[in-house]
Amino acid sequence: MTERYQLIVIGGGPAGLGAAIRARENGLSRILIVERDVELGGILNQCIHNGFGLHYFGEELTGPEYAGRVTDRLEGQGIDIVCDTMVLSIESGAEGHRLCLMSAKEGYRFLDTKALVLAMGCRERTRGAIGIPGTRVAGILTAGTAQRYVNMEGYMVGRRVIVLGSGDIGLIMARRMVLEGAEVLACVEIMPYSGGLARNLVQCLDDYGITLLLSHTITRIKGKSRVEGVTVQQVDASLKPIEGTEQDFDVDTVLLSVGLIPENELTRAAGITIDPRTGGPVVYENKETAVDGIFACGNVLHVHDLVDYVTEESEEAGKAAAMYVLGQEKEHPEKLEKEAIDVVAGPGIAYTIPQKIRPAGESEKTRIFFRVRQPYKSPKRLVLRDGEQIIASSRRPYMAPGEMEHLMVNQHMLEMIKGRTLVLSVED
Amino acid sequence: MYDVAIIGAGVVGRALAYTLSSFELSVALIEKENEVAMGASRANTAIIHAGFDPTPESMMGQLSVEGMRRCYQLCEELDVEHRKTGSLVVAFEESQKSVLEILYRQGVENGCQGLELIDGQETRRREPKLSEGIQAALWAPEAGVINPWEFTLAMAEVAVRNGVVFMPDREVTGLAWQGDHYQVTFSLPEVVQARFVVNAAGVNSDLIHQMVATSAFEIVPTRGEYYLLDRTVGPLVHSVIFYSPTTQGKGVTISPTIHDNFIIGPNSEIIEDRSDTGVTRTGMDHIGEMAIQMLPSLDLRANIRNYAGVRANSRRGDFYIRMSAEHFLDLAAIKSPGLTCAPSIARLAADLLEEAGLPMRKKSLWKGGRRVIRFKEIPEEERQAFIKDNPLYGRVICRCETITEGEIVAAMKREIPPVSIDGVKRRAGTGMGRCQGGFCGPRVLEILARESNRHPLTVEEDGMGSFILTAETKGGCAHD
Repeated sequence: MTERYQLIVIGGGPAGLGAAIRARENGLSRILIVERDVELGGILNQCIHNGFGLHYFGEELTGPEYAGRVTDRLEGQGIDIVCDTMVLSIESGAEGHRLCLMSAKEGYRFLDTKALVLAMGCRERTRGAIGIPGTRVAGILTAGTAQRYVNMEGYMVGRRVIVLGSGDIGLIMARRMVLEGAEVLACVEIMPYSGGLARNLVQCLDDYGITLLLSHTITRIKGKSRVEGVTVQQVDASLKPIEGTEQDFDVDTVLLSVGLIPENELTRAAGITIDPRTGGPVVYENKETAVDGIFACGNVLHVHDLVDYVTEESEEAGKAAAMYVLGQEKEHPEKLEKEAIDVVAGPGIAYTIPQKIRPAGESEKTRIFFRVRQPYKSPKRLVLRDGEQIIASSRRPYMAPGEMEHLMVNQHMLEMIKGRTLVLSVED
Repeated sequence: MYDVAIIGAGVVGRALAYTLSSFELSVALIEKENEVAMGASRANTAIIHAGFDPTPESMMGQLSVEGMRRCYQLCEELDVEHRKTGSLVVAFEESQKSVLEILYRQGVENGCQGLELIDGQETRRREPKLSEGIQAALWAPEAGVINPWEFTLAMAEVAVRNGVVFMPDREVTGLAWQGDHYQVTFSLPEVVQARFVVNAAGVNSDLIHQMVATSAFEIVPTRGEYYLLDRTVGPLVHSVIFYSPTTQGKGVTISPTIHDNFIIGPNSEIIEDRSDTGVTRTGMDHIGEMAIQMLPSLDLRANIRNYAGVRANSRRGDFYIRMSAEHFLDLAAIKSPGLTCAPSIARLAADLLEEAGLPMRKKSLWKGGRRVIRFKEIPEEERQAFIKDNPLYGRVICRCETITEGEIVAAMKREIPPVSIDGVKRRAGTGMGRCQGGFCGPRVLEILARESNRHPLTVEEDGMGSFILTAETKGGCAHD
């Protein structure tokens, strides 16, 4: 097996770029980024609104600006880039990984690499995934597809709009449609709370007088060729529509913002363990997956709220990939595997990243990312326990599922762990 | 003046057009929608039935096995995606077991081969995920799955190549016998004259019939709803699984598709509006329950699409095929297994037309056959060279199904080019997968507009008026 690259990064969005740059900074010289779109930057390119970069760059940027900042760092680094190229498969062997790539320019070919970073991002859940009754007519789009038409192609997708789901892209697109002259009649959310960031609820809905109907859902879409209207109903505690609460909305467009799914078809086909809670691979503290030398970061790992955290996470993955390639890991992975501790999502917690920690691993500090299952409006304590022993804890005045949380764990605390599992939970 | 005007470009009309295209005849195929296969031919269970279901004395019984065999032959000749999977009718209780025996005897009489009655254990040996509650099953090795759109299109393409005139966007409003020909009128100021008229109007076939004859049958529009599950749930089953018919009617089917996804459905609901292909919560819940009874581990969260089709059922419970008036042939009330029977219905129709005086002389020059390049089917070692010669086949447009730009552009250049996003989907397979066109939709729209010299604003998602884009943004579009 000819080792062509030290590292191949699949995906040229913020996650892939962050990982590639950090791997370069940590000593790798033969790196390739594979991007399926015609340019780097990923979904940031169509997110022309601002609000990016406050945490990482300390200033407020638009999506394309943030993408530009990250892409600029590639300059002069000697990192190979191929765009308009799909990775069709990953095959892992004893000495590394063989990727099948396809593009119009380079055709169908195989490349070998020692390490691999998965940074393919995520996709949107569709109408099928939530099964809305009614006809299958034009005018029903996911918010991200609408965003592409409006922001990238320059076309409007409707005049009278209802948004189903209150994920961030839905909220952003509600505002965007108003700015382009459409009327947005409501944003409808089946849960009793929004799935989006608090700041988006204020800046995208409140500021534009758009009603947010919580505990409501669309129960019927009407129309012969294009949407002619929808029926919205209130739902009960078990999310079933309540009879007699029907309201009809005269709309020609339904935008769906009903969740994001990490894009892990390649990952699954490569035999990498997937966590059903995140939809992404199970990873260790250094973002390495269950397969040696394959790392994952960004939305392919778990859906993030802010791109800033994607960048930070991808830098960890890029550094770890470099250490792996250069053989600078402290211990042999197999030995580490034996010591691995499972991090379990306890009461109130939806998932954790990483799912496994090797106490003798590389990091001095391990950051556990997670989301809570429900909103907490009063102060709560986050507690990470090894049996009865508290390993880390932190107090939060407010928490919501729409916002990612994290907890720092010091290395010396990890070394004291006696059990095999750590449980993270929300406590009073 | 045409020799024959066929009303309806579903699978039946298309099969007849294909058959007639090999004779020295001028044929018009009239369709009210903008495309072929816009009715029940596109929203069904996509199965080639083995032929044990209908009673031997029924027309369906007489046409089933011939149709099934001819379907496979046509799939080979026309490069239509299909797979012989076999089917199982599963029984949970004694009363259903006796139904299996009846089906077995009918099948033998209809000419099915290889039928087997097996017990529950053997059923689960063949399909390990099926329920422990299943007591017995009827195995029919000749059943299979098919791409019903491609089947219809393939016959349509060959027909058009051999001179059949396809006339979409024309809803027939009148039929008048003029002594030696019919005058066919539309909502448009246009008239078609034809010596023979064939009614293949599917769910509207009774309305067409009543334009020339007294009412002989009534279509009872029956809606069937479906789930389409992503292949990530699989493999659930390898063959087509039918719930044994009970007094409540035929049960739900679980079937793999030719693309390795899974179809679950249909229910059966009589509806008022013949065009109502909406799905309902009650229908979806019912199908889900029935399917889980057969496959307890089924996870419906893998659903990628719900759809519904309206079947042209009639109270007679059988096809209605006969010369109902002077030079007027009904191919009506074609319900399940209409897709499987389409080729044998076409053969019978040609016989009936000939008996009624239509001169049938074989064409000396008939261009049959059809080949489609599907990137996924190109052997791995040839792919590099193939893309070098055809770079568009190196650009993946539909990521879920790995469909390339080359396949879309090729579809645009066939005898009946697609006019809509779903038209491309039905030809090239884009947008069939888990993202349902979320990623590739905008790119398909761009390619469709480019290749057909249309403005993107005029591109429809599916049928007439199903526009996707409504205007340019304030800043204008990116492509002017």
